[in-house]
Amino acid sequence: MEIGIGHYLILSGLLFSIGFVGVLRRKNLLMLFFATEVMLNAVNVAFAAIGNYYGDLSGQMFAFFVIAVAASEVAVGLGLLIVLYKKYGSLDLDVIATMKG
Amino acid sequence: MESLVYVALFAPFVGSLFAGLFFARSPKTHLVGIVASGLLALSFIASLMLAIHVAEFGAVHVTLMDWINAGDLSIPFGFLVDEVSVTMMVVVTLVSTVVHIYSIGYMDHDKGYNRFFSYLSAFVFSMLILVMSDNFAGLFIGWEGVGVCSWLLIGFWYHKADRPFEENPSISPSWAANEAFIMNRVADLGMLVGIFLIYWNIGSLQYDVVFEALPNLKDGILVAIAIALFIGAMGKSAQFPLHTWLTDAMEGPTPVSALIHAATMVTAGVFLVIRANPLFSLDAVAGVSFFIASLGAFVAFYAASMALSARDIKRIVALSTLSQLGYMFAAAGLGAYWIALFHLAAHAFFKALLFLGAGNVMHAMDDELDIFKMGGMKKVMRGSYIYMGIASVALAGLPFFAGFYSKDAIIETAFNDGSFIIWGILVITAGMTAFYSFRQVFFTFHGDERYKALGFHPHDMYKYVLVAMAPLAALAISFGWFMEDFREFITRNLPDYEMSHHTHHWAWLLGLLVIILAVTGIVIAYKKYAGTGKEAWKRDEVFEQSFIYRLVANQYYVPKFYDEFIVKPYTIASEKFWAIDKAVVDGSVDLIAKAFYKSGDVSRGMQNGNLSSYLNWMGAGALLLVVAAAISAFIG
Amino acid sequence: MYEVIAFYIFAISTMVLFTITVMSKNVLYAMTALAAGMVMISGFFFLLGADFLGVVQLIVYVGAVMALYAFSMMFFDATKDIKEKHQNPSLAFVLGGLMALVFVIMFSAPIIGENIQALYPVGLAEGLGAFGNAQDVGLVLFTKYLVPFEVAAVMLLVAMIAGIILAGKKMDYSLTECEASDKELEDEILKGGAK
Repeated sequence: MEIGIGHYLILSGLLFSIGFVGVLRRKNLLMLFFATEVMLNAVNVAFAAIGNYYGDLSGQMFAFFVIAVAASEVAVGLGLLIVLYKKYGSLDLDVIATMKG
Repeated sequence: MESLVYVALFAPFVGSLFAGLFFARSPKTHLVGIVASGLLALSFIASLMLAIHVAEFGAVHVTLMDWINAGDLSIPFGFLVDEVSVTMMVVVTLVSTVVHIYSIGYMDHDKGYNRFFSYLSAFVFSMLILVMSDNFAGLFIGWEGVGVCSWLLIGFWYHKADRPFEENPSISPSWAANEAFIMNRVADLGMLVGIFLIYWNIGSLQYDVVFEALPNLKDGILVAIAIALFIGAMGKSAQFPLHTWLTDAMEGPTPVSALIHAATMVTAGVFLVIRANPLFSLDAVAGVSFFIASLGAFVAFYAASMALSARDIKRIVALSTLSQLGYMFAAAGLGAYWIALFHLAAHAFFKALLFLGAGNVMHAMDDELDIFKMGGMKKVMRGSYIYMGIASVALAGLPFFAGFYSKDAIIETAFNDGSFIIWGILVITAGMTAFYSFRQVFFTFHGDERYKALGFHPHDMYKYVLVAMAPLAALAISFGWFMEDFREFITRNLPDYEMSHHTHHWAWLLGLLVIILAVTGIVIAYKKYAGTGKEAWKRDEVFEQSFIYRLVANQYYVPKFYDEFIVKPYTIASEKFWAIDKAVVDGSVDLIAKAFYKSGDVSRGMQNGNLSSYLNWMGAGALLLVVAAAISAFIG
Repeated sequence: MYEVIAFYIFAISTMVLFTITVMSKNVLYAMTALAAGMVMISGFFFLLGADFLGVVQLIVYVGAVMALYAFSMMFFDATKDIKEKHQNPSLAFVLGGLMALVFVIMFSAPIIGENIQALYPVGLAEGLGAFGNAQDVGLVLFTKYLVPFEVAAVMLLVAMIAGIILAGKKMDYSLTECEASDKELEDEILKGGAK
């Protein structure tokens, strides 16, 4: 049995869905960040698999940039989380419901 | 001469603007009345000079400017001053001048004094456009203009409340104004159709072009044009069955009744028939012309019969106007256009005088209209009595007064034409005319002073008003004397109507017959209504309950018929349509609005400020997008 | 053969670890599971011949990012269980399940794979691959993707500065909210900073 691109793509889709469930389900902002990381990683796997399938390095390049974006996102996002936590004493979205008009 | 035309035409307009623009909101000032009257007098003098000019040098034709130039359609603002229109101009401006001066006195105590003069002058301006235009489009503009002004003027006292139909047939001024306007709109549709037919078949609306091209048209088209134009004339000149508005229009101030509903506007229909005489004298439309004559005779009799029993002083005069318009149409229909125009002019003078006299009486009696409540007023109102007497004599057609010549000529025409039924009707109507007009005079000025018991203190009108009325009285007496001159003048433009030798032979007898009938009518009226003391007139209760009396007194139930069979079904239909409109049109609009409200209400729940629920919505949307991408991938 | 076994081991372990990440009530457990899952992800990269990417995954993600999370954890109370209220507990699973279903259907259908085409293939066709993955990546990154690389560098710098400012001093003072009304507080803070 050969492991083809389909296997990788399906695995990537399943991991993405797991992250998706996390985004929908979690109400703690930190956990939301974790779920986002899961989704980003799932996409990275798909990029790498497709790049490998075509013998094309662009897939890996995209994965690199995704990692770079994720790193900066974490840097900024964690800063924001700390500010929020100091302000509200919690990271629960039900507590930080300030967007009501 | 061109400038004279413009002076005659635009002087009333300037007067109207002067009153309307500068004094619309200011309190009553005699300046307005005097300026408006002065400008009218200027217009009259210009018209008179034009008349002399036309008599000497012929018609004046001027073009002010291009008005409509679209494709083949070219309508200029052109004005034609020929024998016919100059006659109308002189009549209109003379009567208007007198009415304007009269109004200074009559409207003295009215709050809307300035407004009144604005409307009145605007009316004269419209009427002058109507008679002076050299094409059908301009005529139509004037036609509608007088319609609007008459609407404004009839409804001048729009604040008066409605009264039930049984108490006052012309419910209220605003009701009467609307009735007049709507009935005229109905007729105007006919007029418009006629104008469209002319343009469609000839390609021009200029009188000279149209009349030249008429003989080349097919008979059917000619008949259609003639009928359509006459329907328009019927509305403006209040011929049966569109006549009810004229008597109801008496709700307006009396000067308005005198100006519009006696001398000028109602004669517009007659003027149209006279102006379009090349059309109506064609052989192809002989049937239509005869119908016009027959309808005229019928209306003459019909209106006179209603006048016999009327008690409202203005209504009697209005009905006699209707009757005299019938005479004019009878003459025009029989081809005696110049006689129709002559009667038009004569009638304008004595009828305006009659109306203004009636206005004096009303003014004296605090707007009381019922002649049963007057009587014996000749002592206190000598001037008005003399004027009303002169006008009534002229109307009745006694020798040497204006009405005698013109009416006699019409009756002779009918005899000459061999239409003996029309002739018979007109002769009988002449007797009735004499009776009802003197019934009114005797009721008002002779007999017991019934008004005293009712607490009225009548006094005659201001001196200057009575003086201003003098020209009308003079013309009511003397206008007939110039018949031959007028004939010579007018037949340069209108076809002459020559009596046969046979008729000439019998003319004196016919005249005598009419005089005898008229005198008989006057004598009966005197016997019945002019007495004083115990033998004086008493109301005949039995007769007033009889079918014929009630039929006539209720105007042959025609207004009732209109009310029952046109107004009420229309009201019901309108209410139904209103309901449909509310349900369908408003409903659909409301539905859209409600849908937005509802969707807003529902989707507002999404905006709960909680980031988590926003994420849920976003997730649902992302899922939808992925599904869409999957579907498009499988399809593509 | 060992490739198949490795794939399935990695696949099952990543899915289990990430599920723990998503479902766990304890932040520490979730973070540990996430870090472990990422290590497993790097295994896929090695399997796919993307050695350099695998190493970067290990260094950047597992090393740097997770370390950042771990440090930030010091600010939050990581020992306490997270309590969350769920109004529609099943909604997330239904939506996520549907998402997974769609992906599986889409990727298992043969049409998709055949329709994908590389527009500008970079790699073996140009004689790369002769030096091993790290060199190839270096070549491509500093030629074709040079500008994005520089932009990414600037972005990382910006993110670093933003992180420092956000998590830095005077964090109990909101710059946006109390600008006008809390003039005194601002002065006080400034004085405090001066001391």
